[in-house]
Amino acid sequence: MSDERAAAIDVRDAVKRYGDFTALKRISLSIADNEFFTLLGPSGCGKTTLLRMIAGFEDVTEGAIFLFGDEIETLPPHKRPVNTVFQNYALFPHMTVQENVGFGLEMLGRSRAEARARAGEMLEMVQLSQFAARKPAQLSGGQQQRVALARALAPQPKVLLLDEPLSALDLKLRKAMQLELKHLQRDTGITFIFVTHDQEEALTMSDRIAVMSAGEVQQLGTARDIYERPRNMFVADFIGETNLLEVHVDRIAEGRALCHLGGGHALSCDAVDGVGVGARVHLSVRPERLALSAAAQGDESLAGTVREHVFVGTDITTLVDLAGGISLRVRSANSARASAQMFEPGAAVHVTMEQGAGRLLVD
Amino acid sequence: MAGGAASGGGPRADTYAADRTWLLLPAWVTLSILVLAPVAMMLVYSFLTKEFRGGVIWEFSLAAYDQFFFDRGLFGDEPPRIEWTYILIFWRSIWQAGAATLLSLLIGLPTAYYIATRPARQRAVWLFLITIPYWVNLLIRTVSMKFLLRDQGPLNDALLGLGVIDAPLSIVNTNLAVQLGLFYSYLPFMVLPIYAAVERYNFALSEAAADLYATRWVILRRILLPNVRPGIIAGCVLVFVPSLGSFLAPDLLGGARNFMIGSLIEEQFKGNAGNWPFGAAASMILLTLVLILLLAFARAQSRESR
Ligand SMILES: Nc1ncnc2c1ncn2[C@@H]1O[C@H](COP(=O)(O)OP(=O)(O)OP(=O)(O)O)[C@@H](O)[C@H]1O
Ligand SMILES: [Mg+2]
Repeated sequence: MSDERAAAIDVRDAVKRYGDFTALKRISLSIADNEFFTLLGPSGCGKTTLLRMIAGFEDVTEGAIFLFGDEIETLPPHKRPVNTVFQNYALFPHMTVQENVGFGLEMLGRSRAEARARAGEMLEMVQLSQFAARKPAQLSGGQQQRVALARALAPQPKVLLLDEPLSALDLKLRKAMQLELKHLQRDTGITFIFVTHDQEEALTMSDRIAVMSAGEVQQLGTARDIYERPRNMFVADFIGETNLLEVHVDRIAEGRALCHLGGGHALSCDAVDGVGVGARVHLSVRPERLALSAAAQGDESLAGTVREHVFVGTDITTLVDLAGGISLRVRSANSARASAQMFEPGAAVHVTMEQGAGRLLVD
Repeated sequence: MAGGAASGGGPRADTYAADRTWLLLPAWVTLSILVLAPVAMMLVYSFLTKEFRGGVIWEFSLAAYDQFFFDRGLFGDEPPRIEWTYILIFWRSIWQAGAATLLSLLIGLPTAYYIATRPARQRAVWLFLITIPYWVNLLIRTVSMKFLLRDQGPLNDALLGLGVIDAPLSIVNTNLAVQLGLFYSYLPFMVLPIYAAVERYNFALSEAAADLYATRWVILRRILLPNVRPGIIAGCVLVFVPSLGSFLAPDLLGGARNFMIGSLIEEQFKGNAGNWPFGAAASMILLTLVLILLLAFARAQSRESR
């Protein structure tokens, strides 16, 4: 009955309540086949809850979930062609790596020989063939993580759910695994739903991201969309580093909004739906989309004084105080040229925003 | 001690070795007084000569063991034949204790699982309820069991009242009564270790198995049970061993025909009719038997886990 053209996962008006606490407030999401989809949000926003509802470990209080067009929210977990990589791996401690990986196929009624052969293939894919006979406790964290991945992929699920699978790994290994996961997704063509609270991880890996907060989807879009065109304060603040400026919208013409901020500075940026003339809203501008210069560059340069520099490895962040008690962070690449042009603290500078870099936020 | 902190793992462990000896002293003293000394005493007594009004004569003799295993006729002058009386009592005891252990396991495992999966606050209440009957003396509890099970007792009354049976079941003085008595005596020893194991069990494993298409039954058999097995084994040992040597339940509930090792041993030390060396010998044989069973168990365990 399943429809290959339908969305891989379609969540419609899903609500999850625990007693009188609402963990998910009417969520609707459509995840395409073949997509690397990420649920991103701070701790407690309901990412795991949503994932567990898709896997079948949590009842859906209201709403429906479809998998390639089939309604699945009432099926028990073992009847859903969906596999999960658990946050703490949940490898079976009494079974060998090989038995762990072959378990799903065995449960699907394949012969032991076939399960073993496929487990072997999967272990080869995650480069753990030589550990097939070990118990999970005899592996490192990263190796366990790969076994969990192989185990979940072995039965060739239609959708793979991953709940913060990299959070227990150290930074270097995490970066390597991020790439591996991304390649694996592309090679297998399986839809991945990936949960993380690490925005950088989400930005590097995902085709699309749903930013969640307090049981709601705040914004849904590609990494670029979300980073460059955040819809609201929460998204702008949660993803990356940003300057949030309180502005007053004076005029809107030809898709541009003219605003002013405290201290008499004027700025223009793209108009957005939901922000009209007279609105007092926030404008978000990324620190790397601002530039420093001694002289004003056009009439929208903001005059200020350098307070200090903060060295962050690849970049240098400069804090600039503007008139009216506003402070801006400006980021520039840490290159020889940039160092030569560096302004001393106390120097008078002008800050100029790149074309299209300012973004008005809905709330 | 001084150099220990700066040096590596090996030497440091050696530095503490001397301390460890002293720290373990209380444990060794307790073990010696409570375990080694009584066993040694029993071993010595089993090789002494019996005194007719109880007690012993300090003279080496193999008579106790000879009496246990061989029948030399009424006057002790016939050629030895194997004496089956005591071996049969042992065999019956093993069988009864085994049945009681199985019964405890069948009831105790679901009970422990149920308790361990309740919310934390409820768990304490359930555990408390399980242990309450054990505040009452074992003798009283066993006698109550007899009242409960007898022909005109509440159990038969209830079954008759419900129309399940037409005539009272005679349970008292059967093997079943002894098994029920032993089961009731030692149930918490089954429930508590299994409870501890289930409580430590990571239920994410069950979820992972369900996620990989395992049904509930398969999860129980292939994932949960193997992981709580140490608790199950501990429970079985803790019920089986005291059941084997028990004498209250067999005496009160089993009647004369359902004699067990415990009663046999108890009789040897009671009043003037006893035979101390024989009682000690029977105890030593029981102890050896239990040790062999436990070792076999442990062997099977370690082979499995490798
Ligand atoms: N069984 C439960 N009973 C009551 N509340 C729950 C239960 N499970 C989760 N919650 C609540 O639901 C909310 C969402 O939880 P969830 O585990 O989905 O968060 P999360 O986004 O995965 O967070 P994290 O990043 O910390 O894993 C939290 O506020 C949590 O306290
Ligand atoms: Mg979570």
